Amino acid sequence: MATYSINEFRAGIKVLLDGDPCSIVENEFVKPGKGQAFNRVRLKNLKNGRVWERTFRASETLEAADVAEKNMQYLYNDGEYWHFMEPDTFEQHQADEIVVGEAARWLRDQDTCIVTLYNGSPLVVTAANHVELEIVETDPGLKGDTAQGGTKPATLSTGAVIKVPLFINQGEVVRVDTRTGEYLCRAKD
Amino acid sequence: MTEPAWQPTATIEAIARRAELYADIRAYFSAQDVLEVEVPVLGQYGVTDVHIDNPQATVSGRKVYLQSSPEYFLKRLLAAYGRAVYSLGKAFREGESGARHHREFTMLEWYRPAWDEHQLMDEVADLVSAIGFETDTPDDLGTSDNLDAEPQRLSYRDAFVTATGLDPHRAADAELRELTAQLGLSSGADSRSTCLDFIFSFKVEPNLPMGLVFVYDYPAAQAALAKLSEDRHGNPVARRFEVFLNRMEVANGYWELCDADEQRQRFEADNQTRIALGKKPVAIDESVLAALSQGLPECAGVALGLDRILMQLLGVSSISEVLSFADLLD
Repeated sequence: MATYSINEFRAGIKVLLDGDPCSIVENEFVKPGKGQAFNRVRLKNLKNGRVWERTFRASETLEAADVAEKNMQYLYNDGEYWHFMEPDTFEQHQADEIVVGEAARWLRDQDTCIVTLYNGSPLVVTAANHVELEIVETDPGLKGDTAQGGTKPATLSTGAVIKVPLFINQGEVVRVDTRTGEYLCRAKD
Repeated sequence: MTEPAWQPTATIEAIARRAELYADIRAYFSAQDVLEVEVPVLGQYGVTDVHIDNPQATVSGRKVYLQSSPEYFLKRLLAAYGRAVYSLGKAFREGESGARHHREFTMLEWYRPAWDEHQLMDEVADLVSAIGFETDTPDDLGTSDNLDAEPQRLSYRDAFVTATGLDPHRAADAELRELTAQLGLSSGADSRSTCLDFIFSFKVEPNLPMGLVFVYDYPAAQAALAKLSEDRHGNPVARRFEVFLNRMEVANGYWELCDADEQRQRFEADNQTRIALGKKPVAIDESVLAALSQGLPECAGVALGLDRILMQLLGVSSISEVLSFADLLD
């Protein structure tokens, strides 16, 4: 059983806390000159995305979590599960709604995304930071001062609704930042 | 191939400010007739302090300890010559690394024969103003080296009660453990002293007044090398103080214990605690005990972390910004 001692904690290390896999966000060393050393650690619970703050004695250890992040190809959704494939081994994994979460708004067949595996099973699916998706529905472009920066809602091929500038038309492909859900630019072909 | 990192971690302004700080300190002590002395950083002995570990090195085939403070060498000089002395030099601590810690750092430590810790606190306040910290006046624009308030003195007990409602000398162990858990420490069987350290770091320190603050009369169990006595409530206390600058610990001082037998007992007790915690005991420094037996003059001493003083003077949040070449572990 692999363990990490608290002073080995660095951002990104995966450990088990209260039975849940967590990723270290930040580790702050706190020590009175003559006293016991402590580490105030911020950890992200990989199951629910919540950030925990805990303090440990510097001498403590935590069990390492068997967590791996892999680039996978999104294949299809069968109505209940999303299916992904590891491009090098062709091994397939299925993930439910809870695991896919927000990423479902951005997943297009064949796109590459990041699947976090915990003990070999999908734990979290993360879309690529930037995706290019077609607009399937939006009001017609409005005449006027396009430099003003007005926006309107637009529905993407995945079903997600984002805000786009007034000059963008139905059928165009746009680039979106999946972390913020914001329109970035027209896709360049 | 990536180029090895070679750039300094401090700006030239920060490096120049350090030079100015050292010049101010030397001018101050020269005017006070306190003698600058240089002592070794490599020693035959380390310290028994439960929570301080000396880095070790092998030099000419012999194991030596990098000194965690110049204290024992300075006490040997005091026992031999009886003069007020100070040392400005490097100190080393194993495993200490973070925004306020670096395993190699600069310590100013000085001793005043015939003084007690309260007289020494007066001098710390004098020195702090001599090195460029000024108390704010209403028309000041608030640059980083201005302090918001006049120096204050608080007993450990009063600071603790104000922040937590608990008396650190009289609260039951169970009450301290409960507060420790409430404040978010992972569960474990902690000693009373560890609970006090935790609560002080995470609850009392953030609640201290801004500016220069002296906290005195530490719990007797945390006496280290200080004399013991009773406070006005009849609690056994250590004649030890710590100095906080804008809530950052910058110094630790004692009305020094001069009794060699009692000092030996404390070193031995440290080693018992080390063993109980699964740490290696450390050989007791017989040289400093011999000096104490021969006769250490009654004195007060204090050690000030100069890197943290510079952090405050420059208004920076990471110690690496005041070190020419910080060696961070990651």
